[in-house]
Amino acid sequence: MRLFKIRGGVHPEDRKLLSAAEPIADLPLPPLLHIPLQQHIGAPATPAVRRGEQVAKGQLLAPNQGQLSAPVHAPTSGRIVGIGSFPAHHASGLNVRTISLQPDGEDRWSNAIEGIADPFALAPAEIAARVSAAGIVGMGGATFPSAVKLNLRERYRLHTLVINGAECEPYLTCDDRLMREQAAAVVDGVRIMAHALGVTRILIGIENNKPDAQAAMEQAARLDDRIRVVHLPTRYPMGSEKHLVQTLIGRETPARGLTADVGVVVHNPATAFAVHEALRYGRPLVSRVMTVSGGAIRRPGNLRVPLGTPLQYLIDHCGGFEVEPARLISGGPMMGQPLPSTRVPAVKGSNGLLALTVEESKWRATMPCIRCAGCVRACPCGLLPLEMATHARTGDLERVADLGLMDCIGCGSCAYVCPSHIPLVQYFNYAKGELAARGRIKQKRIETKRLAEQRAQRMAAIQRAKREAMAQRKRAAAAQKSQATNTD
Amino acid sequence: MSDQYLVAGPYAHAGASVSRTMGLVMLALVPATLFGLWQFGWPAIFLFLVTIAAAVIAEAVCLRIAGKPVRPFLTDGSALLSGWLLALTLPPWAPWWIGLVGSLIAIVVAKQIFGGIGQNLFNPAMVARVALLISFPLEMTTFVAPTPFLSAAAPDFAAGLDITFDTLEPQARLDAVTSASVLGHIRNELGQGLSLPQGLPPDYSALRGAIGTVPGSLGETSALLILLGGLFLLAMRVITWHIPVAMLGAIALSAGLLHLLDPSRFADPVLHLVSGATLLGAFFIATDLVTSPLSVRGQLLFGAGCGLLVFIIRTWSGYPEGVAFAVMLMNACTPLIDHWVQPRIYGRDRKGAPLEPGDDAERVR
Repeated sequence: MRLFKIRGGVHPEDRKLLSAAEPIADLPLPPLLHIPLQQHIGAPATPAVRRGEQVAKGQLLAPNQGQLSAPVHAPTSGRIVGIGSFPAHHASGLNVRTISLQPDGEDRWSNAIEGIADPFALAPAEIAARVSAAGIVGMGGATFPSAVKLNLRERYRLHTLVINGAECEPYLTCDDRLMREQAAAVVDGVRIMAHALGVTRILIGIENNKPDAQAAMEQAARLDDRIRVVHLPTRYPMGSEKHLVQTLIGRETPARGLTADVGVVVHNPATAFAVHEALRYGRPLVSRVMTVSGGAIRRPGNLRVPLGTPLQYLIDHCGGFEVEPARLISGGPMMGQPLPSTRVPAVKGSNGLLALTVEESKWRATMPCIRCAGCVRACPCGLLPLEMATHARTGDLERVADLGLMDCIGCGSCAYVCPSHIPLVQYFNYAKGELAARGRIKQKRIETKRLAEQRAQRMAAIQRAKREAMAQRKRAAAAQKSQATNTD
Repeated sequence: MSDQYLVAGPYAHAGASVSRTMGLVMLALVPATLFGLWQFGWPAIFLFLVTIAAAVIAEAVCLRIAGKPVRPFLTDGSALLSGWLLALTLPPWAPWWIGLVGSLIAIVVAKQIFGGIGQNLFNPAMVARVALLISFPLEMTTFVAPTPFLSAAAPDFAAGLDITFDTLEPQARLDAVTSASVLGHIRNELGQGLSLPQGLPPDYSALRGAIGTVPGSLGETSALLILLGGLFLLAMRVITWHIPVAMLGAIALSAGLLHLLDPSRFADPVLHLVSGATLLGAFFIATDLVTSPLSVRGQLLFGAGCGLLVFIIRTWSGYPEGVAFAVMLMNACTPLIDHWVQPRIYGRDRKGAPLEPGDDAERVR
């Protein structure tokens, strides 16, 4: 298949050999699970269980709140020991609402769980509803509720489902292992999603550094001639949704738009696997595959992790630290987030836990920009990272926005190549956060002004009504008086 | 230190650094430099050492005055490189103070006063060269015929010391065989009404120009060795092909066109390419990261502008060589080019408006 060239990008050392040969192992149940109610983009789920309650595996713990939200289920059977706040799986280390569950060790599935013999007989909307009820979100890390994406056929004319098996982040091998070990299940999930979307073409893109996954998926995809496994060049950020679509079909997604604008929906292989489990067996999303890797980990590997497992438990399972890690990262080294502690739980979007040594993180002191334009060449979005960072540093955020800040996908290719080691992504995140905060303040001011004006109008109306009522009463009294005089 | 705890990634790096970049450029200059030092002997070696030492010391003093950390900035190699490039563009037997004054202009005036590395608008070596040329036209245009080491005419250590530092009494002095550079010679002859094939230096051939056994600046004479260094920079991805190709292309094209029209007045393009600072300019000066545009199209424009100006200055101005002027004039245009010529943002047209969604995927509602 002819592939289309995209601009920019980098070739980071992929470091996947650390864990690529390790089969997915089931992580034993930890003594306590902390299940956050917000593991997705959108509104947090609302708890529907009480403290002390006994729950079965897969039982609904907290239903979603609205469309852009996702429910949360019990990862195993056990007792609810608390509903409170617990440090989030997030760089801030702030607390979020969390249900704590003490496993009873039986790992007993709920009786209510029941699969569908023929998902292809279901209406598309019904599939989306089941995916939504299973709490499935984008498992590549974006954690966008998958059902919302499956319902895009209502608003867009779609032709292609793309499965993003690029896994372009260094170190991560969880999608690679899943595609190698569960190819049939992944392909089944892909076909169910294609049915829900009503597309005529399915492209499964896998980078060339994963030949085994390519072969396994090709083998499994033979039963459906709509499916094509595409060998992608190894190049970061191939896994960026819009760039992957452009590579495959040669169409650029309009700025601020969705890939659906060019008729394509993109899902991750792990999401497809979760859809397969949810539709065929009725199992909600209660565990996921994670790569535990990095130079500081004694035995890197790939684990099927019950959601809510404290990360320290994963590290212990992998033999602990060989050396004190310089950095703990959730996700890959390019776009991952630093973790404040190993107490935080694994969540739906966690694809990797990396413990990097000092040598691996390659930190160096920042030097002045020498305008080498390396960042300009590396940027897959055609931006001028050095100019954006300069204006962000001087606080001219409007200028940064004019230069295309909101078109930045945060891939970090610019900072990766910068010879001056300028933390470009840090500047962009700062500018994005600050602009969003300013926007909120502005919105608040407008809203306050509107409310104040409304109140003034209301008050004036009440005054006017009072005055009129008074005048009317006076007129009525006068009329009565004159009538009385007349009859006299 | 606090930088180490920055929140945002990436937590991986390609391994590039400013000192690595500068080091690679210097490595690429080594062949042409060694050739120049060999061919022009002791005086060239002394001038080279004085120039780079002055550049490094000037940088250190400026950093100290500015209150910046001296060590990390000095070890980035940028001052050493500026001094090195300047030395390559000087007449090889020029007195020591030419190198000293040049380095002071390059580092203090052209670089540190603008704010140090990355902040200068003009290429420091070219500012120095132009300032020297205007201030000391005699010293800056006195070239010598090559006198390689081991040749009979080569000055020995003491004579070399005298040429650079004026150490001996006048009567003990070696009589230097001054000789015009190829471009200078042509300029003179044409000025005296001669036409071209006769106006060339008697022993000139394009091959000698390419190899570099001709009178000229310290490190500019060997077009082939400079090309070798340039190709090394391209292979190491320190520079991209856009500026050199655009610049050489513009020179070749404009020279070729006029040479076709009137070969008696306009030298052929090969002479333009192998003479003077053309190749050094194209691969090492115009490609200076700090003072050239960021975008690919901007770089093409910049390179073509440099090439065209080189040809115009060489052909119609009062100076036989124009690379330094051309590059500086285009340096001045760099901010403008960067303002007007920017890469297209993903998902937007050149004007910045979002692209239209496709027909086959138009929104149903």
